[in-house]
Amino acid sequence: MNQLTLIPILPLIGFLVNGLLGSRLPRWLVSVVACGLPALSFALTLSLFMGIASNGTPVIENLFTWGSTTGFQVDAALYFDQMAAVMCLVVTGVGTLIHIYSVGYMSHDRSFSRYFAYLNLFLFFMLMLVLGKNILMLFAGWEGVGIASYLLIGFWFEDPDKTAAGLKAFVVNRVGDTAFIIAAFLIFHFAGTLDFQGINAFFSASQPSLLMMNVIGILLLIGACGKSAQIPLHVWLPDAMAGPTPVSALIHAATMVTAGVYLLSRLSGVFLHAPGAMAVVAWGGALTAFLGATMGLTQYNLKKVLAYSTMSQIGFMFMACGLGAFQVAFFHLYTHAFFKACLFLGAGAVIHALHGEEDMRNMGALAKKIPFSFATFLLASLALCGVPPFAGFFSKDEILWSAWSSPNGSPVLWLVGTVTSFMTAFYMFRAIFLTFFGPCNVPEKVKKGIHEGPPSMSIVLGVLAFFSLVAGFVGLPGFWRELLGVSAPFYDFLAPVLGHAGEGAAADHHAEFILMVIAVLAALSGIFLAWLFYSRNRDWAVKAKEIAGHAHGLASRGYYFDPLYGRLVAAFDWVSESLLARRVEPAINNAIIEKPADGVSRTASIFSRLQTGNVQGYVLYVLVGLALILWWGVAHV
Amino acid sequence: MNSMPILSLITFLPLAGVLLLFFLPKESKGLLRSIALIVSLVVFVVSLPIVTGFQTNAEFQFNEFAPWIAAGPFQMNYSVGIDGISLWLVILTTFIMPIAILSTWTAVEERVKEYMICLLLLETGMLGAFISLDLFLFYVFWEIMLIPMYFIIGIWGGKNKIYAALKFFIYTFLGSVLMLVALLVLYFKAGAGDFNLMKFYELSLDPATQTWMFLAFALAFAIKVPMFPLHTWLPDAHTEAPTAGSVILAAIMLKMGTYGFVRFAMPLFPNATEQFTPLIATLSVIGIIYAALVAMVQEDVKKLVAYSSVAHLGFVMLGVFALNQQGVAGGMLQMINHGISTGALFLIVGFIYERRHTRLIADFGGLSKQMPVFATIFMIVTLSSIGLPGTNGFVGEFLVLIGAYESSLRWYALIATSGVILSAVYMLWMFQRVMFGELNNPKNQELKDLNAREVVIMIPLLVMIFWMGIYPTPFIEKMTPAIDKVIAYSKGKKLAAALQQAIPSAPGPAVMQPAILESK
Repeated sequence: MNQLTLIPILPLIGFLVNGLLGSRLPRWLVSVVACGLPALSFALTLSLFMGIASNGTPVIENLFTWGSTTGFQVDAALYFDQMAAVMCLVVTGVGTLIHIYSVGYMSHDRSFSRYFAYLNLFLFFMLMLVLGKNILMLFAGWEGVGIASYLLIGFWFEDPDKTAAGLKAFVVNRVGDTAFIIAAFLIFHFAGTLDFQGINAFFSASQPSLLMMNVIGILLLIGACGKSAQIPLHVWLPDAMAGPTPVSALIHAATMVTAGVYLLSRLSGVFLHAPGAMAVVAWGGALTAFLGATMGLTQYNLKKVLAYSTMSQIGFMFMACGLGAFQVAFFHLYTHAFFKACLFLGAGAVIHALHGEEDMRNMGALAKKIPFSFATFLLASLALCGVPPFAGFFSKDEILWSAWSSPNGSPVLWLVGTVTSFMTAFYMFRAIFLTFFGPCNVPEKVKKGIHEGPPSMSIVLGVLAFFSLVAGFVGLPGFWRELLGVSAPFYDFLAPVLGHAGEGAAADHHAEFILMVIAVLAALSGIFLAWLFYSRNRDWAVKAKEIAGHAHGLASRGYYFDPLYGRLVAAFDWVSESLLARRVEPAINNAIIEKPADGVSRTASIFSRLQTGNVQGYVLYVLVGLALILWWGVAHV
Repeated sequence: MNSMPILSLITFLPLAGVLLLFFLPKESKGLLRSIALIVSLVVFVVSLPIVTGFQTNAEFQFNEFAPWIAAGPFQMNYSVGIDGISLWLVILTTFIMPIAILSTWTAVEERVKEYMICLLLLETGMLGAFISLDLFLFYVFWEIMLIPMYFIIGIWGGKNKIYAALKFFIYTFLGSVLMLVALLVLYFKAGAGDFNLMKFYELSLDPATQTWMFLAFALAFAIKVPMFPLHTWLPDAHTEAPTAGSVILAAIMLKMGTYGFVRFAMPLFPNATEQFTPLIATLSVIGIIYAALVAMVQEDVKKLVAYSSVAHLGFVMLGVFALNQQGVAGGMLQMINHGISTGALFLIVGFIYERRHTRLIADFGGLSKQMPVFATIFMIVTLSSIGLPGTNGFVGEFLVLIGAYESSLRWYALIATSGVILSAVYMLWMFQRVMFGELNNPKNQELKDLNAREVVIMIPLLVMIFWMGIYPTPFIEKMTPAIDKVIAYSKGKKLAAALQQAIPSAPGPAVMQPAILESK
């Protein structure tokens, strides 16, 4: 078995070992297996990455023919190009770190081995999603991560709320998946293949009607919306926070939820010829970014603030995709993985220290008690807010610049992005002030025991915080590149797959600089306002909430998406229960079986005597019947 | 080819087992069960050479032929053989039977002897129907099948067993009588002689006759499938039947209906097939959505699984009537998949029923904690039932949908695709109400996890779930040529002729009439 195949297979082995034998193995061995195998995958990815970085040739591995009929063939094949390489590094790298963190975080849990089995299973499917050479392989991984996510959200299955959240996530995702699979059928219909390279090549050479291209694009977008929690299929993500916090970090922040961006980029060849769909992607992304941020402003649950933030940040990535700047979306995906994972794990450290408390109103003044966790959380927050020179600054700034300068961009799009940046800074620092500063609202009992997590947790926090600081330097914006006379290795690396779209040609560095200053000011003023409202003068926050009134209610209730879907579910339930099961089904039964059966009640009574077990008599009856019918046949020809 | 009459051997071995059981005392239940199990295992082992020895082409193989009844103008022959269409259904039957028999070990304590006799008799009937190449022979086996199942439901069933058994019987019997009439008309139209299927394939019938005959055949098969709105016997039959009965009914007997379409109704009446395709597709799609919606609100696990069967079989019908490679192959695979997954689901329901004597969802909750092995197996089977990629369920559904999409049934395929959402809802929702949550019912707190026998029953099914999900190629490969032939016939004779010209290596007559020529 070659290197590439081993990358997904190793976590699968981990899943099998811990899943089948885990409950009988000592905990240290479970941990070693669960963390060691993904780490090995990471090492393998790294070595393949070195290869592709030096020679630029994608690695292809055909495993076997999955299925083939006349005019249709799909191979189980893996494909490691520049895009897969970046994604794979993020998944195995951040994934391994989160596994290590989990060893400490989950150390008290009864179902330790089950947790790691699921986590390894997730990595397997995620890697299949990333490495799949065709839509079918990607889809298999896509559904697989969905089920891993389902299992992990409902990990503490004795709580019906948690399992309900898992089901909600899975079902909402399935809605998206249905659109995705229909898109796949359409693509196959035209391109005659499900292979990504084949598809992109086909659509760049010849396209069906513009309408059809847009339809395919929109369907793919719906699929991506489900997985990436974009409006209107975002409702599962806040609920998904029911899962253990490292799961939120890995699946619902760093990797799985960004799969939508990966899908859009993988099929960039389709999208580039579907301008209508592209516009919807861009504006839909902007809308999600904006609304996600407003919802983040109003939450008191620390994890939910981060969940809405994730939604909002992925909105930025979609916006970049819609503008054709796939490589920029990818860059943000990559930096976001570090700082958002760091934030979630930091939140996990807080929750761990407070024995499961997630409400920020019951926190406060934790900066001194858990200084290391606070420091990493702060670093990652600055990265998220887009404060230079942290990682998020470079990636987000590039997206805003694309929104302004790209041929499909517009000042309005830029403005939405910038306002969102401002809100991002505000809600993050609101969370920081509520959690780490101000009066301590932690119950006395818990207060004494507040402590930093075990080394396995702290080390991971440190590593992620470090990357939140430096990860952005590999993709400096054009303005900085020129100023410092350096290149952007990240964009150069991805160029063979995603090109250099949205850059260079119209490089107006003067405008770029001004916009950048505005963005930074927006972020800083967001931070300043948060300080004003939540540290200096907390009454203001209460007053602001009163003034906002309905707007606040609207945002804090998630714009009533949940009740709306609740109505839909209730309608389905009514159709199923009251209409079909209670009325239609008995009516059909009556019309088709009972009535005719009454009509032949004499026959029925003959049959009913047979249930005594008189087989011979019955067989005789059948033979007589047969003879009669045969006779009828002969007579009527 | 093969000199051993292997098909007859597997078909009549169970009958030999029945004879053996006749002479055993009623009281030695263990012995009776063991003999039945051994017989079914032997049948399975003996049936394996038909896979290894199967030549991947469109011809019927392992043919056997013998004159049987010659009464006046009627010449019925014992003519059997298999092609890629029936191959996997035969294997499915021999594969499921030992599992079904092993599942009765502690479930049935009354009239064990008769029960085992019925099960083995059923096996003979089902295998015979799948291998018959003589229409009359097919009809005989088709009827033979009905009797033991009627008794299985009527004697070893639940509270409303008589009602369910009668409903099952009258309903399917009415259908099959219609089929018999059509069969005889067909026979006379062909100018009497014998009931050789190959001969009927070559027949050109006027469209009006085709319409009536198709309707008669289709009705018999559609009841068996069962297609909406003829499905209402199924939930009752399933809920009342004992576990083994449900397993066999779902896994194999329902396939008799879909198999009937592929083998008889469609290739025999191409014009009518074309004419009725929109109707059948409409009913299939309604079935998929309707059954899923009704399944969602069922309170009885077994009834829920029964309705899920209706939805799954809707996919099969849609694929088969797409009449292209992907669609028919998907439909055929879905038949096997449904046999494995739904068979497994009924076994699972049987496990908890045997422990708690209830199947109401509300009586359970939190079982995962008490029965982790059971929970894992149940989860895998559930995922296979909702068609998760990597499990068998996905392969069939995907091929069906892509096939239907590529055919004239595009819009139907679009609606059917949304059925995939619903299946996730009702299956996972049921799963979590039974398995997740708090274990607060005291009766559930003492439940024992699966024992060794029960795990042994499930393992072969789990293996198949993953094998067919991850590497379905060997299964598809062997079917492809036979499917091409069915498609050609079902699209009308002209295409069939064109196909023969296109494949020079398969000269015309040999493809059509291998059975008689070779075995003589």
